[in-house]
Amino acid sequence: MTTTWTQRRKARIDDLAAGRSLGSEAWRRLRRDPVAISGAVLVGLFVIVAVLAPMLAPHPAAQSFPELQQDLRPGSIPGPRTGFPLGSDQLGRDFLSRMILAAQQTLLVGVLATLIGLAAGIVIGAVAGAFGGWADTVLMRVTDVLLSVPSLLLAVSIAALAARPSQTTVIIAVSIVSVPIFARLLRGSMLAQRESDHVVAATALGVRRRAVVLRHMLPNAIGPVIVQATLTLATSILDAAALSFLGLGDADPARAEWGLMLAQAQAYLDVRPALAVYPAVAIIAVALGFTLLGESLREALDPKGRR
Amino acid sequence: MSAAAGAERGIGAPLLEVRDLRVTFARRGGPDTVAVDGVDFAVAPGEIVGLVGESGCGKSVTSLAIMRLLPERGNRVAGEVRMDGIDLLGLSDAAMRERRGRDLSMVFQDPLSSLNPVVPIGVQVTEVLRRHRGMRKEPARREAAELLDRVGIPDPRRRLGSYPHQLSGGMRQRALIAIALACRPRLLIADEPTTALDVTIQAQILGLLAELVAETGAALIMITHDLGVVAGLCDTVNVLYGGRIVERSQRHRLFATPRHPYTHGLLSSIPRLDSAPGEELVAIPGSVNDNLPWAHGCAFAPRCPRAMEACEQRTPAPEEIGGRLLRCHNPVPASAG
Repeated sequence: MTTTWTQRRKARIDDLAAGRSLGSEAWRRLRRDPVAISGAVLVGLFVIVAVLAPMLAPHPAAQSFPELQQDLRPGSIPGPRTGFPLGSDQLGRDFLSRMILAAQQTLLVGVLATLIGLAAGIVIGAVAGAFGGWADTVLMRVTDVLLSVPSLLLAVSIAALAARPSQTTVIIAVSIVSVPIFARLLRGSMLAQRESDHVVAATALGVRRRAVVLRHMLPNAIGPVIVQATLTLATSILDAAALSFLGLGDADPARAEWGLMLAQAQAYLDVRPALAVYPAVAIIAVALGFTLLGESLREALDPKGRR
Repeated sequence: MSAAAGAERGIGAPLLEVRDLRVTFARRGGPDTVAVDGVDFAVAPGEIVGLVGESGCGKSVTSLAIMRLLPERGNRVAGEVRMDGIDLLGLSDAAMRERRGRDLSMVFQDPLSSLNPVVPIGVQVTEVLRRHRGMRKEPARREAAELLDRVGIPDPRRRLGSYPHQLSGGMRQRALIAIALACRPRLLIADEPTTALDVTIQAQILGLLAELVAETGAALIMITHDLGVVAGLCDTVNVLYGGRIVERSQRHRLFATPRHPYTHGLLSSIPRLDSAPGEELVAIPGSVNDNLPWAHGCAFAPRCPRAMEACEQRTPAPEEIGGRLLRCHNPVPASAG
């Protein structure tokens, strides 16, 4: 036991002596962090289910089954039975299929909204941080305004502006909410880069401004933003579910969505609570998974936490 | 007068002429700080000129002003920096970017922080070649490998793919020098290039710089607080104090007979191996914070062992005395070296 410990210790010291990149060091720490592992398991399960949803789901989301419908009574909704492992929902559709297919929608909306928000945030933050001056002032004041409104309220307002709620409006609303966070974060680290020695050195060599920004500043500044993106995935999923819950979500009945399922199940809470519990647990688990993963990623990448 | 110094050495017209350079930093809620207060000097092609002084004397600000690398806001730069007769301070930003790296280039103090940590060395060398010499990717890579080889980096082909953190301090500074000299600039400014290095490496890097400068015919402005560096390298030495040149002379003359009390103090504060054991190390009392403004006298007067009444009342004017420039009311006698 002592020998293995000493051996491990020695290997560690050798590693330190050899020098490791921040990336591999972070990866090493992530692998041993129980929080990161739980997050990764939750996220991994969710992603697998979401990606394989069309194969995993036994039935289409919108299909009603007569054999389930005939058992629907005002006081009872059919529970699990052969062919329908989770039973029926309030309209005689297969509940399991809807849960699985909703995962796909959630992943799609969450990832798209985060990517769009990330892209816009990076552009705004990079321009503001790299050039400063009036561009910085204008962009950051707009960002401040967006940040001053609570995120869900902002998302609801944007979604409500759309003439007809749809998946696209949800994605746009949720992504706009995340833009100011990314923009501020990137601007801050771009500003720090602007003063850094290697950027001054690149400028002293006559490197073009575009190359200075794209090659010398952005890659060094983007780390915190990428970490933030994993955390934003969680809030985006929550926000999207909230919008659906409030009736501002995807209006297409052919697609299942956890937030909407939760909202519609409210009327049947005393009849079949499972209809509300399953989507709620799914939303929480996914959001938790991304948050755990994002937090531990942030800690792992923080050079101050190196041991 | 500085042109005269160049002519005296028979080198000819200066490559770079700095005339009455002034850099003022605006301070919020206080008087402006004058970091560089009317500096004149010239650099002839192939000449090595030293700018020497302690922290805060304005030597780094001078170099950044020549390169036009001071932050855009919060400072004022006045005077002239003429290269090939063109005032660099009057150029557009784009025209200046065109010249940086191609006509004049710079090596910084800390080789680790001066290299981009996320980009391999090779890319950082080829970037400059492609930018200024319009080279394509492959020829640029070959040239980059040759450059790394030239500055003494072993196995240059493989090193092109290395990241800065994978190189030692000396290797990093060699790489920086390779990058700075990639486009054969006619003027290189080295801002304390050896300060962050091991003593054992310092001499190597200085030797390399001198060799490369001689080989490419570039002029070098060496900025340092280390008189040892100056002693081994520079043709002409400018001693800066409080943003002004207080003494300028040829290297040998300066070391043999320092005339300004500040230069004298700097030289006597170098520890010597041959000094008697128990002999105290001489230090210049006080710090830059004790400076007087030049407008009312000599900035060095409060710290000067030879200060007289006149020193705190009249600004000493620059005088040419025996081939050197001196700004002092009561210089150290020429015999007392």
